[in-house]
Amino acid sequence: MKRSPIDTEASARKITRRGLFLGGLQVSFAAMLVGRMRYMQVEQADEYRNLAEENRVKFSLLPPARGLIYDRNGVLIAGNEQNYRIVIVREDADDPEAVLNRLRKIVWIDDADVKRTLDEMRRRSPFVPVTVADRVAWEDVAEVAVNAPALPGITAEVGLSRSYPRADDFAHVIGYVGPVSDYDLSKLEDPDPLLQIPRFQIGKSGVEAKMELDLRGSAGTREVEVNAVGREMRELGREEGRAGDNIQLTVDADLQAYVQARLAGESAAAVVMDTQTGDVLAIGSAPTFDPNKFVRGISSKDYGTLLNDKYRPLAAKPAQGTYPPGSTFKMVTALAALEDGVIDTNESIKCYGYVEVHKRRFHCWKRGGHGPVDLVKSLRESCDIYYYDIAQRVGIEKIAEMARKLGLGERHDLPLSAIAQGLIPTKAWKREARGADWVIGDSLNAGIGQGFVLASPLQLTVMTARLATGQAIHPRLVRSVNGVETPVRNDGPLEISTSNLNAIREGMYEVVNARRGTAGRSKVVGDDLRMAGKTGTSQVRNITAAERARGVFRNEDLPWERRDHALFVCYAPHDNPRYAVTIVVEHGGGGSTAAAPIARDVMLQAFYKGKPPLEAYPENQRGTIQTRQRDIEEMLDMPHDERVKAAEGRA
Amino acid sequence: MSYLEYNVKVVPSGLRKVLYLNWSLVLLLIAVASVGFLMLFSVAGGKMDPWAMAQMKRFALGMFLMFVIAMVPIWFWRNMAGVGYLLSLVLLVLVEVMGSVGMGAQRWIDLGFMRLQPSELMKITLVMMLAAYYDWLDIKKVSRPLWVLIPVILIMLPTFLVLRQPDLGTSILLVTGGGVIMFLAGVSLWYFGAVIASGVGLVASVFMSRGTEWQLLKDYQYRRIDTFLDPSSDPLGAGYHITQSKIALGSGGWTGRGFMQGTQSRLNFLPEKHTDFIFTTLAEEFGFLGGASLLTLYVLILIFCAASAFQNKDRFSSLLILGISVTFFLFFAVNMSMVMGLAPVVGVPLPMVSYGGSAMLILLVGFGLVQSAHVHRARQK
Repeated sequence: MKRSPIDTEASARKITRRGLFLGGLQVSFAAMLVGRMRYMQVEQADEYRNLAEENRVKFSLLPPARGLIYDRNGVLIAGNEQNYRIVIVREDADDPEAVLNRLRKIVWIDDADVKRTLDEMRRRSPFVPVTVADRVAWEDVAEVAVNAPALPGITAEVGLSRSYPRADDFAHVIGYVGPVSDYDLSKLEDPDPLLQIPRFQIGKSGVEAKMELDLRGSAGTREVEVNAVGREMRELGREEGRAGDNIQLTVDADLQAYVQARLAGESAAAVVMDTQTGDVLAIGSAPTFDPNKFVRGISSKDYGTLLNDKYRPLAAKPAQGTYPPGSTFKMVTALAALEDGVIDTNESIKCYGYVEVHKRRFHCWKRGGHGPVDLVKSLRESCDIYYYDIAQRVGIEKIAEMARKLGLGERHDLPLSAIAQGLIPTKAWKREARGADWVIGDSLNAGIGQGFVLASPLQLTVMTARLATGQAIHPRLVRSVNGVETPVRNDGPLEISTSNLNAIREGMYEVVNARRGTAGRSKVVGDDLRMAGKTGTSQVRNITAAERARGVFRNEDLPWERRDHALFVCYAPHDNPRYAVTIVVEHGGGGSTAAAPIARDVMLQAFYKGKPPLEAYPENQRGTIQTRQRDIEEMLDMPHDERVKAAEGRA
Repeated sequence: MSYLEYNVKVVPSGLRKVLYLNWSLVLLLIAVASVGFLMLFSVAGGKMDPWAMAQMKRFALGMFLMFVIAMVPIWFWRNMAGVGYLLSLVLLVLVEVMGSVGMGAQRWIDLGFMRLQPSELMKITLVMMLAAYYDWLDIKKVSRPLWVLIPVILIMLPTFLVLRQPDLGTSILLVTGGGVIMFLAGVSLWYFGAVIASGVGLVASVFMSRGTEWQLLKDYQYRRIDTFLDPSSDPLGAGYHITQSKIALGSGGWTGRGFMQGTQSRLNFLPEKHTDFIFTTLAEEFGFLGGASLLTLYVLILIFCAASAFQNKDRFSSLLILGISVTFFLFFAVNMSMVMGLAPVVGVPLPMVSYGGSAMLILLVGFGLVQSAHVHRARQK
């Protein structure tokens, strides 16, 4: 159809007119797009740039190396050891299951671990390394490396983990580390971001826990670029953290090892303290355990064994355990009475074996009585009647005051778990805690360190050191942190008259060195190292009248849990005190037989800084001593895990 | 015989036609496609594979097609309009039937070297059909209801089929493109006024009825519309793409982060970075200047098309040229609005830049028609 030129012109004009209008719309729209682009890219650019950075940059923390712990001579007791881990990356292993099966021919991995690995791999992104086996021996790692072509996706990673080369020797002192738990986090208000690192280990008990902040150090950071699914593309920056502070303890690792070996087989505690500086040279607790097991993750079976052991291996007895101090408390009662003037050193009190107070009989350990007893004799022979009498005279408040002065009832500030305060009773205390009035019988019991009185071996050691030196010395466990020495704390002379102290010291000297002394069998031969000490045998139960009548209160006839605790406190040399030692053997029977010999061995060991010469022992005991020294040397030569078994054998 | 054939003597013939091509348009298309190659090279991490090289081959093929089509006289293409439209419609029904008989939601037909989407083909053949229709129709009848109904049916048939696929982006392009040709052809503005008014009314009543007793849609349908209109209400689902896209775009700043330095695209935060969202990569790496330059190239293409259309006295030719340029406009306008967060995400590629064979080939075929109209226009001697 041929169209008329007029129509054509009209049509073309219309199209042009409407086309121009449409073009105008299009250009306006394009201008709007440019405006929008300008708004986003110029005005809001910074905001979007930030969002883009947040998208792509992720920070991760680099765990710092934990501070090391040394003994006073620089022997390492807590270190960091390289720990090899075998990891698998799913996307690199074509068939993870087949690869794992091949790996199992080289490294022993149990079925549960294989299952856990496969499960974890399914849950995680394909590029996330999943741990197959932890703490793999170096030989196995080498084997894996050699077989790398057959094990796609398998690599060995190295990390640091805590290790305790002295194993069970220091279990109760330095404690152990373990992975952060939700409970740990809940206790902290503003937890260190480090604690969020999976498997990050923190101190769980002992010095490791109490000095956590020193030992931990601070985290380094790593800035990485990640893509949309979180895969690391490259490292943008790295700032190394600061390693934790190294700590030097006052403890002597060799003495500690000796103490642990000497206590093995018993349920016992021992503390050795330098009387001049208050340095704790050894602080033993038996039985013990291997803290390395806790770091690696202890099996529930092993843990159950530790928990159910009636000797309570997990308890740190020297500072945590409290015991009625028994006769070791008699120095406190005597000093209180002497200082108060209710008795003087020469006054004698007659001991008939018992005394009747308010129609109740209080017995002396010696049924027949000691006859006339003065201060020195009362200590030497540990007469109870003497102390019943002076305790009544001086009263509980003065006794308590003296006990505090000597460091009892005080929570000494050492970085150990659950340090016990013990208990020094007063009238006010009894009213508040027991809702009853103080009765005279309470004073009598307290006078001989029974009844309500409780003290930890650590406190008894402080008491002994203060008696020996007359100085208000405080114990010290940490010698230096990061090379900075912890100050020795000595509050100066105790306000006790020297003559009274000397009288007590004489009594303590006679305990060990006099013929009739209760610890006479544990004396040291040689003038340069005479010990002064005091035995204690503390009852954990009341002896009933019926039992007394039957005459059945011999310890050996009782079940272990009901036997008396054996205690011995001592210092040496008596004329120039350098070491104070406390031994507590739980349910060990008599202090003179169960505790004093250990104390002497430990004291000599401390004094000679190693095995003492046989000449230091009385001639008639040297045979037994030699056998025992050989036993202990043998034990110390064994690897730690075998020592535990040997100790069980001895028990 | 139309005006054009009547004046055929003035039209160049043989290889001389090449000289009469709209070379400015050719150069602009090459420039835009080169931006595409560059960006595809960048999003592949500085590699020709897998996208840039394939795209270049397709572009070469497309350019060849464009030239071939340009050599063929425009009246041949006008005569083919009905055939082309019917063929596209049959193919659309075919993929619809194949899809329903168990070959999955397939929208394409495999031609061996490429996958042809009938819906893409329809974008051009519909424009041709409508242009031919108005070329044939007596100008005086253009606004009569019956003669308005026919093009509406011509538009709605393929739109309905495409909407069923479902491909909302293409449906919008078809309806708008078709409507624009009706508008250009001189259909009375009252029709457009009525359609716009009733459309607004329908949308308004749908939204205003919400929460009342007579609400028109189910609650979940409203929620879908909400997410569609405001993806940020679903930041991990539908909103994720658009959020990441805006971050990429915005972080580009004035001059961008540098070639291959765009973290959003390189680190895969951007979805569909080589296809629908490729503009964000450009904007991220070359900033506002880069984005605005591409937009300028697009607008220049529109202007050259419009100029060519206005010079052309042939009704079919000018309607065809404007129709194709509007289709081209709709492509980039919808795509850019989408990546800038101005429009909901509907799958519309950035023309000549996004990776993908169908869209590029179809557009080049379209520009081939534009060139043919340009070459074979009646010249005033």
